[in-house]
Order: sequence, then structure tokens, then C-alpha cells
Amino acid sequence: MKITIWGTRGSLPAPSPENNQYGGNTSCVQVTYKDTMLILDAGSGIRRLGSDFPPDLRRIDILLTHLHMDHIMGLGFFLPLYNPALEINIWGPTSTREPLINRLQRYLSPPLFPIRLQDLPSQPNIIELNHSSFSIGSLQIQSAYVCHPGPTVGYRIESPDAVLTYIPDHEPALGAANFPNEPEWTSGYELAKDADLLLHDAQYTPDEYTPRVGWGHSSIEDALRFAEMAAVKRLLFFHHDPSHTDEYLHHLMERALHNKTYAFKTGIAAEGDSIVLP
Amino acid sequence: MASNQIEMILSRQLADCLSIPVFLTDPEGNLLFYNEPAEELLGKRYEETGRMPVSEWSTIFKPVDETGSPLAPEELPLVKTLSQQQPAHGTFWIESLTGIRNKISVTAYPIIGRPDRFLGAVAIFWKTVEP
Repeated sequence: MKITIWGTRGSLPAPSPENNQYGGNTSCVQVTYKDTMLILDAGSGIRRLGSDFPPDLRRIDILLTHLHMDHIMGLGFFLPLYNPALEINIWGPTSTREPLINRLQRYLSPPLFPIRLQDLPSQPNIIELNHSSFSIGSLQIQSAYVCHPGPTVGYRIESPDAVLTYIPDHEPALGAANFPNEPEWTSGYELAKDADLLLHDAQYTPDEYTPRVGWGHSSIEDALRFAEMAAVKRLLFFHHDPSHTDEYLHHLMERALHNKTYAFKTGIAAEGDSIVLP
Repeated sequence: MASNQIEMILSRQLADCLSIPVFLTDPEGNLLFYNEPAEELLGKRYEETGRMPVSEWSTIFKPVDETGSPLAPEELPLVKTLSQQQPAHGTFWIESLTGIRNKISVTAYPIIGRPDRFLGAVAIFWKTVEP
């Protein structure tokens, strides 16, 4: 399984000379395994992915975790959506009342965007999911709602020899008196358990998190605690705050890891990274 | 170990913060969690018992009506909520393990997650003070 990262930023694109190493585009991750390709989220990073596409690919599956703007803002700029020869499936979480297609249309329609979703030449299929297990090609996928405002899922993607868990927006510590000591009472645990690679929300420092409890994001330290509880093999901090420069992200990671030893590898997800699992 | 779904996790976290007794059950009525104020009603600590099957915790209470006659399980708000997947409310008396009889009101509501997944129920207990 090959994972390529096209966008790591949370909340808002943050292109700047200070962010060159980790990137300024919002969430987008490409997963390829044999002849199957998935795209996790359609943040601004998906635009570049769309112009660097295997020409012989006939099917694309875009798995959205939720519909906050930073995770869908790139959809309208994803060139394959304008190719009628492609089969494109857009998967996303079910809401209580409004169908996923209607919620996507709020963005993909005037005045926010000139082209309507239903007028896109590829005529994408819109598929709702919740606590679901399904397969795409040779990949087995599990989705589950996780702790984040609004309908939001995380994904566990399994090939026969590797597991990737993707929970870019997640606040597992919310209100939990005993986090991270009760896995069965922790949001996202089932998705992340024993994963070879976990891409997890690490937007805040502890000081930034305190006044933002309930906003749906984690501190770097809570991401480490969650990864340790889930016994993952590798953690990449993801969904970087737009105000965190490369230099500051280095500083935060060093501070979080100072005098601590973890059984798993850690790192900061960077736009352009490619990782092969296992 | 299977983890609970997010609706149950958040329900537990809310219960954990409240100073009124709260029970959280699965669709079969097994007690998944009870908070500190509920420990007083049950006479047991959650840290000691963990989850409790319905067959165990239902025997701890002896619900009776105002005349002291035992109440049928289907008359209890939590049982109604579990069987009908609707909110229910009722007032009755219970005898705890220590033999003390308390008049309590119970409000139970179902936990129905997106999209229409019945996941369990919450019961809130309120000790009624006699005038």
C-alpha cells in the first residue's frame, strides 16, 4: 500500500515561505494498492493530485471524512471530475436529515462555485456511509463516526499486509475523565487499533487546546496518547494549524517528545511525502 | 476489545460530568456505565463492577408502587424506552440493598444515532423529596 500526502494543513490553506517543508494545502491523501486508488478528503491538496494522474485509471473513489470546507474545498478544482470517461465515487458521512448530495451541492453551486455538482461531466456517484464496512478493489475499508462537530467519520483501510488509519479531525479527549486509559470508551480506537500508520489530528499545543475544547481537534500530546493506546506502529501528526510554521512544528514535536520514549515511530506529515506500507 | 460507538462514548462522558444519577445501557438493557451519583443508588462502584448484565443489576432494585406492590418490569421507564425506543417517564419507589425505600422519578430516553441506529438508552434518576 502506497500513501502519498498532498495536503496536511488544517482549517485553511496556509501557503507561505515559512511553511514550505510541511506544506500549505489542506487535507488530501492518496492511497494506491495494485490497481486500486483512493483519495482521502478533497482539501486544496487534491488540485495538484488531479493534474498528476495515472492516465489509464478508470475509477476514482474519494472518501470524505466530513464536509467542513478544508476537506472539500478542492473538489471543484479536481480535473478528473470534468472527464466523462471516468467513474468517480464520492463517499461521505450520513447526516440525520439532509442527504449527502444536498450538502455537497451547497458548496458546488452558485454563488460559492460556478459549476453545479449535477452538471459535472463525470456525473459522480454520491454514496453515504456511517459505521460501514465495504471494499474497494482489494482494499477493505471500515468507517466509523468519531468525535468532531457534525457528522464526521474516520477510516481504517486494510490491504492483506498493511493497515492505514486516517482520522484527520478528531478530539478523543473531549470530556473523557480517564483518557487514554479506557480504549473501549475512546472515540476512534477501533479504527486505529494496531495500525501500521496512523494519520491523526495534532492541530494544537496543550495551551492552544485548552480554550478550544469542543472544537473537534487534538493537541500533539493527545495524539501521542491516542496512538500509544491504540498500539500503532507509526504516527504522523496531521492537520497542522495554519499558524504553525515549519520551524514551530519542529519545536512542538521536540517538546512533545522530550524525555519520552514511545514504542512507535513519530513524525510530522509533510506535503509530498510518500510512504510504502508495510 | 470492541469499543463503543461515538454516541455512547459521548453519552457516558456527559453522564460522568453530572451530579444526578445516570445509567447508560445497551439495547438489551445491559448496564454499560453508571456515574458516581448512581453508585449510591446501586450500592456498587463502577470501578469495581464495570459493565453489569441486565440480569444482575435489575435484581438490585425492588421497584414498588405507592401501595408497596411490586412493579412489573414493563412498567419501568427504562424498560419502556428499550422496548419501544421512545422516551418514558415514571415515578415509583425503590428499595436499595440496604433496605432504604426511596421515591424516585426516572426519565429514560433512547440513543438513536445517525442514521436511525438504536444503540441503547440513558436513564436519569431523581430522588423525589416527600413534602
